[in-house]
Amino acid sequence: MSVNVSTLQARISGESTASSPLSTEEYFVNMGPQHPSTHGVLRLVLRLDGETVRDVVPVLGYIHRGIEKMGEHGNYRQFVHLVDRMDYLAALSNNWAVTMVVEKAAKMETTDRIQAIRTLVCELQRIQSHQLWWGVFGMDLGGFTPFFYGLRDREQLCDIFEKTIGARLTMNYIQPGGVMYDIHPDFVKDVKTFLAYFKSKLPEYDTLMSENVIIQERLRGIGKLSAERALALGATGPVLRASGVAHDLRKSEPYGLYSQVDFDVPVGTTGDCWDRYWVRMEEMRQSIRIVEQLIDNIPEGKTFMVKPAAKIKVPAGVHYSHMETPRGVLGVVLVSDGKESPYRIHCRTPNFNNLWCIGEMATGGRIGDLVAMLSSIDLVIPDIDR
Amino acid sequence: MDAPNLIAAVQALQPDATVREKTDRPTLIVPAEGLVALATRLRDDPALKFELLEAHTAIDWIEEDRFELLYLLASIAHGHVLTLSVSVDRENPEVPTLCNVYPIAEWLERESYDLMGILYDDHPDLRRLFLEDDWVGFPLRKDYEDDFMLERPE
Repeated sequence: MSVNVSTLQARISGESTASSPLSTEEYFVNMGPQHPSTHGVLRLVLRLDGETVRDVVPVLGYIHRGIEKMGEHGNYRQFVHLVDRMDYLAALSNNWAVTMVVEKAAKMETTDRIQAIRTLVCELQRIQSHQLWWGVFGMDLGGFTPFFYGLRDREQLCDIFEKTIGARLTMNYIQPGGVMYDIHPDFVKDVKTFLAYFKSKLPEYDTLMSENVIIQERLRGIGKLSAERALALGATGPVLRASGVAHDLRKSEPYGLYSQVDFDVPVGTTGDCWDRYWVRMEEMRQSIRIVEQLIDNIPEGKTFMVKPAAKIKVPAGVHYSHMETPRGVLGVVLVSDGKESPYRIHCRTPNFNNLWCIGEMATGGRIGDLVAMLSSIDLVIPDIDR
Repeated sequence: MDAPNLIAAVQALQPDATVREKTDRPTLIVPAEGLVALATRLRDDPALKFELLEAHTAIDWIEEDRFELLYLLASIAHGHVLTLSVSVDRENPEVPTLCNVYPIAEWLERESYDLMGILYDDHPDLRRLFLEDDWVGFPLRKDYEDDFMLERPE
């Protein structure tokens, strides 16, 4: 048995597959790593035949920081700080994913208050993340106004987080054993003000984008992904649900206080860009429902169960835990040898798996639709490269 | 299916599979040779139906001179999970690819090759994923060294 290792150069060379009654020629275009619609440093090598996309080769690593290796050199509490920098639009979810696996492995107790606060802030962040996606999606499709609308409303949530947490992007808020600080005295009032405000603004989102005939024409039937292919390609989150698979860990393996709240899991039918758009729009409404049910019922109790400086030791073995972030399933494989730092830690990030659907969606389509497809997957590049 | 029934069902398919201790998911140690056939049956058997390869990663057990490969499978239809653990020799870390069973394995295995140096036999496009093509060494191995590394605390 001998295994051959290939290179990027070999991958993009090869026979031309151009087919047209006209004399055409295949050519390559580098989309990225500095292309505005890739929202970061993603590079796609496109094999084009005229305007038809024949092949998409994602080239990664422009923001690879070796978070898994760094994790082996720090303790568990320090690793929570590193994962903020993966999916920076869902830093709280990332914090919670690591916290969850450490707490499960080390059998740490928590209170209902801790779980309620975690559930609340993560749902607020899901709204915040989808707001930004919505704005950027509109901008990628050529309309600049949605970007302002999305960021305007996101700002309100940033302010709420800043009051309680002190940070607007990289939170480090959810820690093994609790949450960093108790919620700000104004938190409940501020969230209610925000909900009333945002519910009045959501119809604007619909009139501006959802009901816009140009948007619908550009999204319907574009970038179709069947349920079988989505599963085979390991897609999760809104990308999988838009293809019609109602897989949501908040429902199937409830964590936090999700088992106590009532909400629906929106699913699509055809798995095109429109379905992915619609699923996320509906998820914002469902998140509002969850927050509304929890905000008046935050139980009393402690917000930190151990001293913040306490050393955490995880029993030797392989531990795994996963949760539903705004973009899909974030799983953490934690291998411990009983010491204070992990022996090996691996993050199964949602964007990494979702990215590969772009090849399936784009091949055979037009280059003009590629931006809409990319944006409908809602990629965050540091989460792919880690 | 709950964990004991699941393990019994898979052991009926693969009699030499043994249970791996010290994990929180049902985990079976299987030999590398029969991996593709077993994974195909796990995916296609209507009672098991593991349609999702949720994650794949490698662990460097340098003191035991082996790599442990973990395949985390999940069945959305039945709501059960299973992990397959495959050990390969550290000197010659070759294992058959699962690309033809789970297409996502193509990229998960490229990551594992890039950072851990696992060689996947019959992989259609095995090359570096994050690092440059001419990078020397595999950073997640325990004996990897470069000038900027930190000491692992005791």
